[in-house]
Amino acid sequence: MFEYAPAPESRSVVDLKPSYGLFIDGTFVDPTDGDSFKSINPASEEVLAEVAEAGPQDVERAVRAARKAYDKVWGPMSGRDRAKYLYRIARLIQERSRELAVLESLDNGKPIRESRDVDLPLVAAHFFYYAGWADKLEHSGFGANPRPIGVAAQVIPWNFPLLMLAWKIAPALAAGNTVVLKPAETTPLTALLFAEICQQAELPAGVVNILTGAGDTGRALVEHQGVDKVAFTGSTDVGRAIARSIAGTRKKLTLELGGKAANIVFDDAPIDQAVEGIVNGIFFNQGHVCCAGSRLLVQENVADRVLESLKRRMAQLRVGDPLDKNTDVGAINSAAQLERIRELSDAGSAEGAERWSPPCDLPDRGFWFAPTIFTGVTQAHRIAREEIFGPVLSVLTFRTPAEAVEKANNTPYGLSAGIWTDKGSRILWMADRLRAGVVWANTFNKFDPTSPFGGYKESGYGREGGRHGLEGYLNV
Amino acid sequence: MTATTTSARSELSELGRSETALRTFLHGLPGVDQVGAEQRAAQLGTRSIKTTAKAQAIDLAIRMVDLTTLEGADTPGKVRALAAKAIRPDPADPSCPHVGAVCVYPAMVPYVAEVLRGSGVHLASVATAFPSGQAPLEIKLADTRAAVAAGADEIDMVINRGAFLSGRYKEVYDEIVATKEASGDAHLKVILETGELATYDNVRRASWLAMLAGGDFIKTSTGKVPIAATMPVSLVMLEAVRDFREATGRQVGVKPAGGIKTTKDAIKYLVMVNETVGPDWLDPDWFRFGASSLLNDLLMQRTKLTTGTYSGPDYFTLD
Repeated sequence: MFEYAPAPESRSVVDLKPSYGLFIDGTFVDPTDGDSFKSINPASEEVLAEVAEAGPQDVERAVRAARKAYDKVWGPMSGRDRAKYLYRIARLIQERSRELAVLESLDNGKPIRESRDVDLPLVAAHFFYYAGWADKLEHSGFGANPRPIGVAAQVIPWNFPLLMLAWKIAPALAAGNTVVLKPAETTPLTALLFAEICQQAELPAGVVNILTGAGDTGRALVEHQGVDKVAFTGSTDVGRAIARSIAGTRKKLTLELGGKAANIVFDDAPIDQAVEGIVNGIFFNQGHVCCAGSRLLVQENVADRVLESLKRRMAQLRVGDPLDKNTDVGAINSAAQLERIRELSDAGSAEGAERWSPPCDLPDRGFWFAPTIFTGVTQAHRIAREEIFGPVLSVLTFRTPAEAVEKANNTPYGLSAGIWTDKGSRILWMADRLRAGVVWANTFNKFDPTSPFGGYKESGYGREGGRHGLEGYLNV
Repeated sequence: MTATTTSARSELSELGRSETALRTFLHGLPGVDQVGAEQRAAQLGTRSIKTTAKAQAIDLAIRMVDLTTLEGADTPGKVRALAAKAIRPDPADPSCPHVGAVCVYPAMVPYVAEVLRGSGVHLASVATAFPSGQAPLEIKLADTRAAVAAGADEIDMVINRGAFLSGRYKEVYDEIVATKEASGDAHLKVILETGELATYDNVRRASWLAMLAGGDFIKTSTGKVPIAATMPVSLVMLEAVRDFREATGRQVGVKPAGGIKTTKDAIKYLVMVNETVGPDWLDPDWFRFGASSLLNDLLMQRTKLTTGTYSGPDYFTLD
């Protein structure tokens, strides 16, 4: 046997303070009417730092700082000068990428291999990409002289803390807006490190403000009168509440919500690569991915073969310490999320689906869930309809392409889909019929700053990334 | 072996009787997506193998080396020296294992055989008009018989790439069957020369063809064309031997050859073997590296692990 010795990435590269304030108007300040909470490492339940919880007055201060920066500095600034700051931030992110990656894995529980090889390169790429747009907005297809909107309130989730920050802040700043961003309550730390990077880049005060806190802070922020634009990524329930609360106001809204993506494998698919794609589709980032391929639709005549290969491949997944460079699947982000995954998985068993996980030893402390697949799933099962947001795959079969389309579209969501076949014409035929914002062909979970991302139906509206991603931050 | 694999095996052994059956079977194998295969190979290359795992991997890699010299300028003296090194790669450290085999041209086999006798190191000879294979079949078979008669217990043959690329699968198949017969008890390694096959689909088909025809090992390259072993090509071949054993119950070995020069490279391959086909193949009987300069790098890294310092290349013999 070839046992891999532990290969932990060093934590010493991260210099964590015991407590953090709010980042308002270019400096860290204590909350005026807020409280504080602790951010923990989900792999060990160890407290990492104490973080301020912003109250309504703090939201007021932050929005006012953002407004002032918009009126006096960032709004009037030339695109070329805004680009200069964004390029500087992008370079600093690259320089400090190891530190950011380690902190992301500590706070989120995702494996260092992913934060190092996926999250951080994409974060830097987003800032570089939108930096390039800052002085070329008149060529973006939104009129001769597109203007920014003003102050953007941005609320982001815990699954890709820094990457979601980049998706929100980079286009907003490139277009000339200023922002108040609230990171998720379980993963605030990399956003605070990003605030330090803004200081290091000498970004003018008030252009970026970071308010940590939970649901109340987020609500106060999106409902604040001084906000011109709201951008939210998270659950469909919260997205719906936000849409309701700002209905009838002048605020512009983009929402990127849940998903229940179908990953569709035809009998002529490259099986070994399809299996990799299935694994990457659902076990990447512990399945905490809104566009995760959580429903595998496999053509009946290859189902046994695909499942056998999939199980063999899943037995190779290394679950454990997120900071070990050989870990493939890390910790579930929070006790609450683990509870939700357990509840839905138990419902899957209770409703008659067959559950399978490879043998794996889970650590005693922290929040863990073994990679799991359910076979014999029907469209009526809860695990085929509800977003689990965990490492749990529901396997269904189909016989004809038309049936695959019907099953894939038979969900209130419509964020992404995957097609695996050697036949190019079938890829195009399917892509035309799938009601999903992103369709991947012979790959899955591929992201690029140049490519627009967003959903159909209850997966939200608006696009992030690419030229299209500017639209949500321009007065068009 | 189960009843199903026995019957599958006899069904598959029928394939070689007809060109149509072979073609239908080989073209019915699942395709390989190039981007996906290359991505998976690259991902396997990011494993971090340190301390005890690294020590274990280095010793295993040394045992898997087919220490090779295939030059027109090879002399009896040179191959004897190489054989001595194969038996005791690190004269300063008796705990260092011997390599898997020495690999030479047929004319050099007798000199190597003298040195290796009783050492446990195998003696591989290239044959069948290596590296191009462009000779009449009778000459290729005579080449093989001569190598075996001179003492080789492993034969590294080349497939007829011209026939393969023009779709004459039965011709390739028959040549492998004939060479296998000419090899007698010697193990037959079938060189696919993947650099000339151009696509991963072809690599998978050629792998199956070689296994169906009775090859004991499938080997990537001769080392004599610009593109030798790569991680994705070896991945596709490992998947083929895995699927072949599943279908027939017979295990076939894999030998990437050419271009693997560093310990780091070798460890990436071992990780790929471990995670693609599992521990059954982590043995010199089932996985080999065709290499020459790799051994010295393995020895340097081994010394570094045991002593904590690099000795520098001058402390290891150049052959």
